[in-house]
Amino acid sequence: MQRYSVFALVRQAMGWHQGWERAWRSPEPQAAYDAVIVGGGGHGLATAYYLAKNHGMRRVAVLEKGWIGGGNTGRNTTIIRSNYLQDPSAAIYEKARSLYETLSQDLNYNVMFSPRGVMMLAQTQHEVRGYRRTAQANALQGVATEFIGPARVKELCPIIHVSGPRYPVLGALWQPRGGTARHDAVAWSYARGASDLGVDIIQNCAVTGIDVEGGRVTGVQTTRGPIRCGKLGVVVAGHSGVLAGMAGFRLPIESTALQALVSEPIKPCMDVVVMANTVHGYMSQSDKGEMVIGGGADGRNDYTQRGSFSHVEETLRALIETFPMLSRLKMLRWWGGIVDMTGDRSPIISKAPVEGMFLNCGWGTGGFKAIPGSGWAMAELMAKGHSPLASAFGLERFREGRFVDESVAAGVAH
Amino acid sequence: MLRLTCPCCGVEADESELTQGGAAHLRREGPGSDEAAFEAYLFLRDNPKGPHLERWRHSYGCGKWFIAARDTVTMQVFGTYPAQGSGPPPDIAARMGGRA
Ligand SMILES: Cc1cc2nc3c(=O)[nH]c(=O)nc-3n(C[C@H](O)[C@H](O)[C@H](O)COP(=O)(O)OP(=O)(O)OC[C@H]3O[C@@H](n4cnc5c(N)ncnc54)[C@H](O)[C@@H]3O)c2cc1C
Ligand SMILES: [Zn+2]
Repeated sequence: MQRYSVFALVRQAMGWHQGWERAWRSPEPQAAYDAVIVGGGGHGLATAYYLAKNHGMRRVAVLEKGWIGGGNTGRNTTIIRSNYLQDPSAAIYEKARSLYETLSQDLNYNVMFSPRGVMMLAQTQHEVRGYRRTAQANALQGVATEFIGPARVKELCPIIHVSGPRYPVLGALWQPRGGTARHDAVAWSYARGASDLGVDIIQNCAVTGIDVEGGRVTGVQTTRGPIRCGKLGVVVAGHSGVLAGMAGFRLPIESTALQALVSEPIKPCMDVVVMANTVHGYMSQSDKGEMVIGGGADGRNDYTQRGSFSHVEETLRALIETFPMLSRLKMLRWWGGIVDMTGDRSPIISKAPVEGMFLNCGWGTGGFKAIPGSGWAMAELMAKGHSPLASAFGLERFREGRFVDESVAAGVAH
Repeated sequence: MLRLTCPCCGVEADESELTQGGAAHLRREGPGSDEAAFEAYLFLRDNPKGPHLERWRHSYGCGKWFIAARDTVTMQVFGTYPAQGSGPPPDIAARMGGRA
């Protein structure tokens, strides 16, 4: 692999940048692999990378129906935090957040991780109590967060209107080492790292069927021909139900649209991430100066990648009250992604009811932050059959009533 | 904007006048049912990419529950019908082309 560095940049500049090699290989699919990962989003690519890096598996392929990172990974608002309530969540999200800290160095690719701090506003007494409780839980879990008052909120983010009539800011849960990263770069860096370790990244290859013999998975049918595999990892976010259907079972998941939008670029005015969960709006400023805005997920089942007008209107209405300066901004782009929602708002990292098949899904509205930790755990589960980080997130928890309930804790989960 | 005609009061309502209520025609389990049956009732969903039968409530109107047949990819609405009964009426089923 051609390493990226300032010296490489200078060397390439002298050759008019004609000598850069492709970041990852683009091979024809082979007839068989030890492990096949369906879905070339961040979670699938990270799984493949850690299968090769941590577990020495080299005959691995990632099959992506479109282009890598073209799903939710390339559509999300990139908030990274680990201030969850339950211990299993804190463990996997904090593992992910800590891997993000050194990901650029580990993968020799600038993922632009920016630990600028994330604050979750408390705008009702209920939220004040909830976030105080989360701060206590985080202290026990070893996750650095703090409950701060309105004066400190205003100091950290001067453009907030803290004394609004309907939803005054009463405080916030502040995680100073939370932040953002560049979404495409996360997908591309894992693809490049995995490809370098021998993983085949195969784009424009949709899985259309799953072959099961005697209760065991033996391979997949794809738009580029059949591919046999020893183990199958399904990491397709909003399409998890479709893939489960191919293998003959159902999941505790519903697919809905989540939307985001960005404004025209403006001068730097906000160097933290702010989430306002009561009113369902959150915002950060990109390096280009655009205000990156997201809201709540639509309720109805949806595969259109667009989402409803009414939700965007609600989000903007709420944000304008908290950030009055936004009212003069023009919005540039607006899009949606199909998120995979579970009942307890926690993910599924689990063996499937079919032998040899594994599932990583249910990240819903908040899985970007989890990519490194999720790939780490999923690879361990696929290679060894067990992963401590994943054990609470098994599919059986719904039947057994052992939820990892994050819905009550946050109300929203980005 | 998604618009559905409420079969109870006849109003063609905007999505913002309605509340979404999840998959329709679930078999309700009770005492004596086993864990697998409860899991299927409470959590497992078809979540289809295509025609979907779903419950809606005309919250800011007559307040009644009804069922809509809608395609989750094209957003085409095949029709709406009252919440009583165990499946779509024949004309709506025909428009769905037996795809649900
Ligand atoms: C608008 C929006 C904002 C968000 N904001 C945040 C945020 O601020 N912070 C955060 O942590 N998370 C956020 N999320 C959630 C986050 O984006 C997702 O949880 C995460 O990206 C999921 O990654 P993934 O790899 O599982 O899925 P994806 O990136 O969606 O990848 C799945 C891939 O599977 C492929 N696929 C599907 N079916 C097939 C098939 N049959 N054959 C082959 N390939 C197939 C798809 O093409 C897709 O590329 C947001 C999501 C959205 C939509
Ligand atoms: Zn009505």
